[in-house]
Amino acid sequence: MSMTATIPAGTPMAAGANEPRGQRPKPFFTPKKIMLYTVLVFFSLYYLFPLYVMLTTSLKTMPEIRFGNIFALPTAPSFDAWFKAWSSACTGLTCNGLAPGFWNSVKITIPSTIVSIFIAAVNGYALVNWRFKGSEIFFSILIFGSFIPYQVMLYPLVMITRELGIFGSLQAVILIHTIFGMPILTLLFRNYFASLPQELFKAARVDGAGFWRIFFEIMLPMSLPIFVVALILQITGIWNDFLFGVVFAGNVNYPMTVQLNNIVNSAQGTPEYNVNMAATVLTGLVPLTVYFVSGKWFVRGVAAGAVKG
Amino acid sequence: MQQSVSIRDLTLNFGSVKVLEHLNLDIAQGEFIVLLGPSGCGKSTLLNCIAGLLDVSDGQIFISGKNVTWLEPKDRGIGMVFQSYALYPQMTVEKNLSFGLRVAGMPKAEIDQRVARAAEILQIQPLLQRKPANLSGGQRQRVAIGRALVRDVDVFLFDEPLSNLDAKLRSDLRVEIKRLHQRLKNTMIYVTHDQIEALTLADRIAIMKNGVIQQLADPATIYNKPVNLYVAGFIGSPSMNFIPGTLDGETFTANDGTRIPVGAYDFVTRLSGATKSVLGVRPEHILLGDAARNMPFQTQAEIEIVEPMGSETLAWTKVAGVPVTFRCSSDIPLHVGEKVTVGFDIARGSLFNAESEARL
Repeated sequence: MSMTATIPAGTPMAAGANEPRGQRPKPFFTPKKIMLYTVLVFFSLYYLFPLYVMLTTSLKTMPEIRFGNIFALPTAPSFDAWFKAWSSACTGLTCNGLAPGFWNSVKITIPSTIVSIFIAAVNGYALVNWRFKGSEIFFSILIFGSFIPYQVMLYPLVMITRELGIFGSLQAVILIHTIFGMPILTLLFRNYFASLPQELFKAARVDGAGFWRIFFEIMLPMSLPIFVVALILQITGIWNDFLFGVVFAGNVNYPMTVQLNNIVNSAQGTPEYNVNMAATVLTGLVPLTVYFVSGKWFVRGVAAGAVKG
Repeated sequence: MQQSVSIRDLTLNFGSVKVLEHLNLDIAQGEFIVLLGPSGCGKSTLLNCIAGLLDVSDGQIFISGKNVTWLEPKDRGIGMVFQSYALYPQMTVEKNLSFGLRVAGMPKAEIDQRVARAAEILQIQPLLQRKPANLSGGQRQRVAIGRALVRDVDVFLFDEPLSNLDAKLRSDLRVEIKRLHQRLKNTMIYVTHDQIEALTLADRIAIMKNGVIQQLADPATIYNKPVNLYVAGFIGSPSMNFIPGTLDGETFTANDGTRIPVGAYDFVTRLSGATKSVLGVRPEHILLGDAARNMPFQTQAEIEIVEPMGSETLAWTKVAGVPVTFRCSSDIPLHVGEKVTVGFDIARGSLFNAESEARL
């Protein structure tokens, strides 16, 4: 009865050259693909257009802006507005541009990021691996903290920092950023450490390692992906912050975002759109760079998280 | 013999859940003990208590005569091998092996010497500079054993060390662990749910259920004289055949009326009067054809299913109204629907009280 056994090798099962065989053809223009790419292109343009307007306007002169088309390319591109925004635009009383604000932001962002990530990493590690009495309640309270609107806590925090004698200083704004980073970062690290095999921790304990040794020698080297995530969150979050900067930092320490606001909203003279645009792009440059640089690392880091050993 | 590990009245509660209750266990110096049971029976929990990774609620643990109940894992003189290997992924094999010694602040020369010895014993010298990610499952488990080995401990604890390996590697490493035990002569406590591992490795097996040790005995006793229905059903694959019925004096009457004489049975406790009971007989103790005719009990049975396993054949039939499996040589041709004579010797079987489930 077996038919196949009698057919010589190499004979097609059915006659005709158009019988399906081998890899299925993948035509490029299918309704699905056309639809998909149309939507993608539309939304890309939708989001890129404001950026285009910002960049072209910042490269134009004021007369050109006043008489020209907002979408037109600059006739004679010039970075004058950028230099002015950086070093001589007026932010309230002084006219030193954004540069001081940039350095203030650096001074605020770097320590806040390092301190908050370190404390949160230790928190998360302790909450997962060194359960203590009430650790779950402690964690719940911490998470609850992230649901309370900032405005509610603003006045009490002003009073606390005033009592501590640091209100209106870099320390105050660093302290505030560290505190407000805690809930989300602790959650992040706790979940990451909980996903690492528990037996690794047990093995290290049998090997005699203590709290800090396990943290630094076993846990941290395996935590690069989550550190990258935390870094992105903190750097962009703190850099973009306006509220805490304006309230706690004090006039001389205003971060870049506050300075930008002062430039754009300054009441004297006519608004210099090219300078405003340049200042805005300058302020956004740091978070933008972080996304571009770490985006790749971010994906790579998450993929590397698959190494379980 | 000197006691290596003694567990006295050990109780462990997770909240209101009692995981272990008044557990006692004495393990002799150099003994290979296997804790065997289904998942959730408390065997791994017990091992973690011995290791010091879990705090006990009550009771005491002694290792090498020292009360270690409140001691840190590193001070107990134990080494532990985990199911997931638990190798430190960012360290080379050498660093993995030496981590515990470095933590203890041992001089470098002695660390090197110990690592070299462990690597020699486990045949992992060529792997020393590799990272765990570049090792196969079997190699990783060897390194994990090595990590316990370098610490020169009195007691080795194994937590399902072979469960993540494929069948072939598992049987290879099983032999290696046995060889290692014969060479080192350390006390070893080995947790598994695999009865073959338990039967092949153990000097004594502790079968656990719901945090209680059901039977603690050498593999032959566990297999041939299980103390209760649970142990009888758990050990052996395919599992023991159970025929429910009534025992009265020297006669067992199955529920369908089949009478089986049990005069030759070696009773642990003799009961007077008729008792609801269960007769258990292992598949390989049911004989077929001519061999069956010499048996004290024999009957006609119809073959229902035949499962050829290569080295032997497993057949399903009905005896005394209940489904029964038996094993025979694969040389014997068996056909579905065929009537055969089967028989067994009650002296090799087991009788259990149907109510208390204890061996009679």
